[in-house]
Amino acid sequence: MGKRSSGNNRRESIHRRGPAAAGMLILFSLLLAAVLGYAQIQERFPKPDFQTDYTRPDLSTPLPRAQVWEYVDIAVLIAALVLASYFAHRLRSRRKIFWLMVFSLVYFGFIRQGCVCAVGAVQNVAYALFNTGYAIPLSVIAFFVLPLVFTLFYGRTFCAAVCPLGAAQDAVILKPVRLSSTTAGLLGMLPVIYLGLAVLFAATGTGFIICRYDPFIGFFRFGASFAMVLFGAAVLLLGTVVARPYCRFLCPLGVLLDWMSRLSKKHVKITPDTCSNCRLCEESCPFGAIHKPNPSAQSPDKQTELRRLAVLLVLLPVIMFGAGWAGSRLYVPLARQHPTVALSEEILLENGGKRAVMTDATRAFRASGKTADELFEEAGRIQQRFRTGGWLLGGFIGIVFVFKLIGLTILRRRPEYEIDAGACFSCGRCFSFCPYEQLRLGTITQKELEEMEREGKNGSGAGGTSPMENNQNG
Amino acid sequence: MAGKPERAGINRRGFLKSSLNTLSGLLIGGIGGLLFSRSSKKEMVWQIDPEICIQCERCAANCVLAHSAVKCVHSFSMCGYCDLCSGYLEPGARSRDTGAENQLCPTGALKRTFIENPYFEYTIDEKLCIGCGKCVKGCAAFGNGSLCLQVRHDRCLNCNECSIARSCPSQAWKRVPADRPYILRGDESASFERRMKRGDHG
Ligand code: SF4
Ligand code: SF4
Ligand code: SF4
Ligand code: SF4
Repeated sequence: MGKRSSGNNRRESIHRRGPAAAGMLILFSLLLAAVLGYAQIQERFPKPDFQTDYTRPDLSTPLPRAQVWEYVDIAVLIAALVLASYFAHRLRSRRKIFWLMVFSLVYFGFIRQGCVCAVGAVQNVAYALFNTGYAIPLSVIAFFVLPLVFTLFYGRTFCAAVCPLGAAQDAVILKPVRLSSTTAGLLGMLPVIYLGLAVLFAATGTGFIICRYDPFIGFFRFGASFAMVLFGAAVLLLGTVVARPYCRFLCPLGVLLDWMSRLSKKHVKITPDTCSNCRLCEESCPFGAIHKPNPSAQSPDKQTELRRLAVLLVLLPVIMFGAGWAGSRLYVPLARQHPTVALSEEILLENGGKRAVMTDATRAFRASGKTADELFEEAGRIQQRFRTGGWLLGGFIGIVFVFKLIGLTILRRRPEYEIDAGACFSCGRCFSFCPYEQLRLGTITQKELEEMEREGKNGSGAGGTSPMENNQNG
Repeated sequence: MAGKPERAGINRRGFLKSSLNTLSGLLIGGIGGLLFSRSSKKEMVWQIDPEICIQCERCAANCVLAHSAVKCVHSFSMCGYCDLCSGYLEPGARSRDTGAENQLCPTGALKRTFIENPYFEYTIDEKLCIGCGKCVKGCAAFGNGSLCLQVRHDRCLNCNECSIARSCPSQAWKRVPADRPYILRGDESASFERRMKRGDHG
């Protein structure tokens, strides 16, 4: 064991020459180590032979929280989803939904500290689908599947009372403004792009950007980077006037929930009775999810509509391929987000003599014993995945965009006030605005109902503008 | 208002909607089932591979927790119990005593206790350790490499994307099964393994 004996010699010589020389020797070897990158682990000094009855202490190895908690989380999730759907559909009680929402905020937010959440689980799923080596935990699958399935049955009751991110924003709504349908529609493309990027980055193993830009994790944990806290505060501040801004204009899971909700077997209605178009509920939804009635006379004729639809359908493949092509062109900057690709670019810079000082990353790589060619090859493979991914990302965004346009061109005739199933969070706020609901609950009499209806129709009710002017906005 | 075509339209819509509903349900179920077949019953947690870590000090700064979940751990079985500990003493330290100016650790978390001539035991006060890895680097450079950085699972929140892992320049972070959550050196590795098998989690 040459190594061992040289260590011995060195130690003896140190002891002879005293601390100052030893210090210099240490300094020198540290400098050397810093230059070389990192020091190889080697046993330079023999393990001591203790004369006293000293015994080595044990190294403590505290374990993560017990496995059962994972199942507790799944159970709480199921219970909350069941209750949320029950409160919204059967009891139609905003108050009960509210208290369940508070519970979820406390449990999933502050107690479980926001991880894992249904929004983030999308990334684990994408990662697991494309990387067979990753064994996805059961709880993550549950957090992905259950909210979507419940939404397929009952609409977005998950958003109303289970999601901690939604709850945090719902709690701060003060004076919500109503956005025009064009603004809302355009901003509604943001979550689509975000979702596409998040799936691309997760599938390629680049990172989980949804987690990185989670607005509330800092609050849930009472501490985070300054940027994170700032973003969270901004979302909450904006949320006082634009209700649930993250949910509506960023949340990637919201895209999927929106689709599922449109297809849902059941969805909450403003009133289970017939609508008398009294307009009392018109402004009751802070999220602009209530469509105003749209008498057939107001919409353009069928001919124009069909023509527009035909144009859009012809444009669909064009836009899809255009966007896909644009997406694939972006593969270089996108792939650079992957640590391996970023590293290979730095190594390339250094090898080409374009940069003199090594970074921590390149130093670590050079010490790892892998060759640059191996690295470049791997980086090339990742870039290739990004090129394909870019096509899919662009195509996906293109399709969604065209379908949004189609949704705007085709005016569905609506005889009465109606909930937009995609945008509605099933929060239950609008229920009590309906006088028929009040009558059913026995809080008003038939006479009061008629009175209320008259006031609403005269425009002195909740809404200020005439329904005719606003038809197209629905 | 032509009643009939409208009704037909609604029916068509209804049919389309319910078929799409079933289709989506099947799709989600399919994805769920596929993932379930690949899933792990165990939770996965983050850990640092000490053989890859270069002690860049990001572990001290980048954890979402104010006091990083990464701490220095000591594999006593590998330690030389040196008087002149290169993980403990500042390079060029004047004297070998416990004066703060001589210590490598910025927070004085590495404690030195006299055992017998000429041996000293080094232990880590986790309340003080910030996980900067300065001592680890010192020990690896000139000592036995008995110190290393590890995620302490009584502190770690097991973030879905660990913010240190993301910025680790050596890509030393990996997900490990929750019942084998440490990557240790020396005899500690084997004795940890034995303890886990026995179910003794002290
Ligand atoms: S339940 Fe009513 S108020 Fe709540 S989001 Fe849906 S439409 Fe808006
Ligand atoms: S960030 Fe990575 S290289 Fe730096 S100290 Fe932590 S584990 Fe080691
Ligand atoms: S030098 Fe850094 S890692 Fe080592 S004990 Fe001190 S604070 Fe912890
Ligand atoms: S998973 Fe989170 S808490 Fe744990 S070490 Fe990483 S950042 Fe810190």
